[in-house]
Amino acid sequence: MAEAVEGMMGLGVAAIAAPVLLVVFLGIFSLLDQRLSERTINKAIQAAIVTGLLSSLGVLALMLALGARHVVVYVSEWVNTAGFHVAVKFVFDRLSVPFAILSFVLTGAIATFGMRYLHREQGYNRFFVLYAVFLLGMVMASLAGTIETLFLGWELVGLSSALLVAFYQERPGPSRNGLWIWGVYRVSDAALLLAAVVLHHMTGEGDFDRLLGAGPWPAGGASVSATQAFIVGLLLLAAAAGKSGLVPFSGWLPRAMEGPTPSSAVFYGALSVHLGAFLLLRVSPLLERSPGLCVVMVALGLLTAVLAYLAGSVQTDIKSALSFASLSQVGIIVAEIGLGFRYVALVHLLGHACLRTLQFVRAPTLLHDYHTLENAIGESLPRPVLPLHRLITEPTRLWLYRLALERGYLDSWLRSYVVGPFVGLFRRCDALERGWTDFLSGARSRESDDLKPTPARIEELI
Amino acid sequence: MSPLPIPWLEAALLLALAGAASISWLRNLNRAWRWGVAFTGAVFVCTLAASLGFYLQSPTEADADGSLQQYLFGRPYLSLDKLNAPLVPAVALLHFLTAVATSRTKMRSYSLTWSLTAEAIHLAKFACKEPGILVVLLATGALLPLVELINRRRPTRLYTLHWILFVGLLLAGWRLLVSADGDALRTSAATIALLAAVLIRCGVVPAHCWLTDWFEHSSFGIALLYVIPLSGVYAAIRLVLPIAPDWVLHSIGLFSLITAVYAAGMALVQHEVRRFFAYLFLSHASLVLVGLELHTTVSLTGALALWFSIILSLGGFGLVLRALEGRFGRLALRGHQGLYDHSPTLAVCFLLTGLASVGFPGTLGFVAADMLVDGAVTVNLFAGMAVVATAALNGIAIVRAYLLLFTGARHTSTVSLAIGLRERIVVLTLAVLILGGGLFPQPGISSRHQAAEEILKERQSYFDARTKGRKHPLSASYAVTPNRIRCNKPSCADATCPQPVPFTQAAEQRLFFTENIFLETLNPLDNTSRSPLNVRH
Repeated sequence: MAEAVEGMMGLGVAAIAAPVLLVVFLGIFSLLDQRLSERTINKAIQAAIVTGLLSSLGVLALMLALGARHVVVYVSEWVNTAGFHVAVKFVFDRLSVPFAILSFVLTGAIATFGMRYLHREQGYNRFFVLYAVFLLGMVMASLAGTIETLFLGWELVGLSSALLVAFYQERPGPSRNGLWIWGVYRVSDAALLLAAVVLHHMTGEGDFDRLLGAGPWPAGGASVSATQAFIVGLLLLAAAAGKSGLVPFSGWLPRAMEGPTPSSAVFYGALSVHLGAFLLLRVSPLLERSPGLCVVMVALGLLTAVLAYLAGSVQTDIKSALSFASLSQVGIIVAEIGLGFRYVALVHLLGHACLRTLQFVRAPTLLHDYHTLENAIGESLPRPVLPLHRLITEPTRLWLYRLALERGYLDSWLRSYVVGPFVGLFRRCDALERGWTDFLSGARSRESDDLKPTPARIEELI
Repeated sequence: MSPLPIPWLEAALLLALAGAASISWLRNLNRAWRWGVAFTGAVFVCTLAASLGFYLQSPTEADADGSLQQYLFGRPYLSLDKLNAPLVPAVALLHFLTAVATSRTKMRSYSLTWSLTAEAIHLAKFACKEPGILVVLLATGALLPLVELINRRRPTRLYTLHWILFVGLLLAGWRLLVSADGDALRTSAATIALLAAVLIRCGVVPAHCWLTDWFEHSSFGIALLYVIPLSGVYAAIRLVLPIAPDWVLHSIGLFSLITAVYAAGMALVQHEVRRFFAYLFLSHASLVLVGLELHTTVSLTGALALWFSIILSLGGFGLVLRALEGRFGRLALRGHQGLYDHSPTLAVCFLLTGLASVGFPGTLGFVAADMLVDGAVTVNLFAGMAVVATAALNGIAIVRAYLLLFTGARHTSTVSLAIGLRERIVVLTLAVLILGGGLFPQPGISSRHQAAEEILKERQSYFDARTKGRKHPLSASYAVTPNRIRCNKPSCADATCPQPVPFTQAAEQRLFFTENIFLETLNPLDNTSRSPLNVRH
């Protein structure tokens, strides 16, 4: 028995160590500017994912055999000073193990797809370094036993996602979209960090065992009041909304499709987009302390689902349509969590992630098949008419069409009422500073205004 | 007992000064650079040895054979303690790495004489606990930028105004403090003057324009070396924090918090790399001040850890930008520059150092930022939110700059613009330190925690003495009379333990002479305390 438990611990460590070693291996060569061959990268990726997957499956098998529902792998006390401590701890339970296995399976499948899809692509090495960072982030977030460890994984997922959206870096479009997504993620990260610190502060601990009660997931009860749960829950909901593209942050999802198809598939079809829902599932014992919060969650989930359904119905490219289809399901999952159906939400999440990944990687060939069919029958394929069409009047239908086409006006609303005024304010401050500095200097103070690097100048510099 | 009881700190200072003097005679740029690297490297090794000596509890500077301070003053005015032991080598390392990473295109504009002189002053400043000497060093150090601006024939008016204001307030504050003699009104006035001086030096809004102007007009390397060590924060800890009442600290906190958010917002809208960096730096420096203001153990530990992290991560970030400038000239943030393919390593290091500075998980600044937020939330939820918002904005600004600089249509060049060997060594060293410190943060955090406790203890002892109505000599760090010399061995917990140093009559007279001249300069009215007979028990 003791040996089996030890074996389980060892396998747990291996599941986490595999992506860590992968990132270290690929990262060191990137820092040294040494290009690895595609073959070496592929082998490293495959070895890490297979090791991680087999270890996770081993943990699952041993848990089932031993009847263990909650296995803690304590790595170390990361920081411990008077009044502040952070532990690195991983938890294997009914929530984390399926999600970790899902992460390994889907990243493995998509990595294999990506190896062919990106063959001889100039940024092959860069793609897989970021992919490895993403895998590490997902595994860390899935298995996190403390809110700080979860935050670590959360941030890694965010950074790798944003940089992969900007993967095709010769065009400005992907960069702009990557920056937008990073901005949304930073807001989401800020909310999660604040929630983590507030929770840490309320209970003196960052460990989920203490925060959410000692019982294995989904049992347990948080030792915070309803008001505290509501405040922290709102922060967590904001974090989840940013990461999963819930209202009002849904606008970033179609922008994320600028990245290569493999990353779109695994990030926005399958894993990354579900991370917010996973967070809500993880802290669900805390959320249920506040009924008001549950109502907000259900409302937000349903609103997102409806909006995503409408927006998805009018998309003209398959990746965007699929991303909105994903979002509508994520909205429903969030509503399920709000209603307290945790297992339903978990099963929904796992099934949906697998289905959507398949759809994403099938999308290019599906279009080809459609074209073949249309050529064969000599006309366009018949389009299904929605039953709602008969119930809605023409003006309402037009209004809904416009709303869907503009994706609920969420992006333009954020741009007009948040980003625009913010940037405008600071640009005005910059102009005022310019005047003030010129006045104090008694001359034009900004020589940087006149400097424009040109190729001729660069050659002179060398 | 250490096998090499050498006064390493003094050796470092003398080497820096000797290096500055000898290099000023060299006209050949390459030769000057080689000697400059050798001197800054030797200085770094000495400071590292001094710091290791402190942590290994080897003899102090005063006990070491041939200590110049011991000979001249009979006591060490410059020494390491829990606060400055890691900072001194970090500052020396920054100078060393900057010298090593100086490319040929930058050798003409980067003065190694200036750098070594600034290093000597920086090291002396950071090793100094005596407030009077610190005031003099701060005022002298602030003259160096003026020299640089004059040498480069750039406008000096704004910096001169800043210097006059800073030094005037600093000296006025110090003089008022020395002559306060327990008078509450004078002490308050002195504290306000010192506070204002510190805020101006740290570039707190609205007194921050000197800093952006300094980055506009000076060489980037020199600008970095002057601001990155955060001398203003050191002044705040040594001069203001031990004696400042809570309302003064709250003022620092309020101004700093506003500056942190404001500068983070400004960094987001800048169109040029140097100004972007200046605002990023301002925002970070203000966050450290916010941590000081909260004066809880956790927040102070976070602030001190963040300070150390800033020296390495923002210093490294600055060096990456400088390396880019060395290749492409001053860089605009208006359009996409497409520099990635020329120097992928620089791109990676740009992200690594930049994100480390905003406390990205797994890097040096993560735990520090976490502690700072935790400390802020303890005091005020809104302060915590502002700190988190600042970190978020800074993170966005860094990735925006990354995307603008490194993405876009590939920049074409007929010559190789890849990273050189020296630059690679520098960025890899910094990467190792940033990631190593991030993955194994406990030693660093413990060290900062001890320093924070010591600072808070000093502050507490001052206020305890005031509450009991005793005429307290301001605070432990303000002790200027030799009979209050305390043992500075880290193992010694006894606050009253006298330092076992031999004290000769000759040294006593030299000390009397030096102190009287110094104090009379600062406070001609106070002639009550000094007599050669009562300076030592």
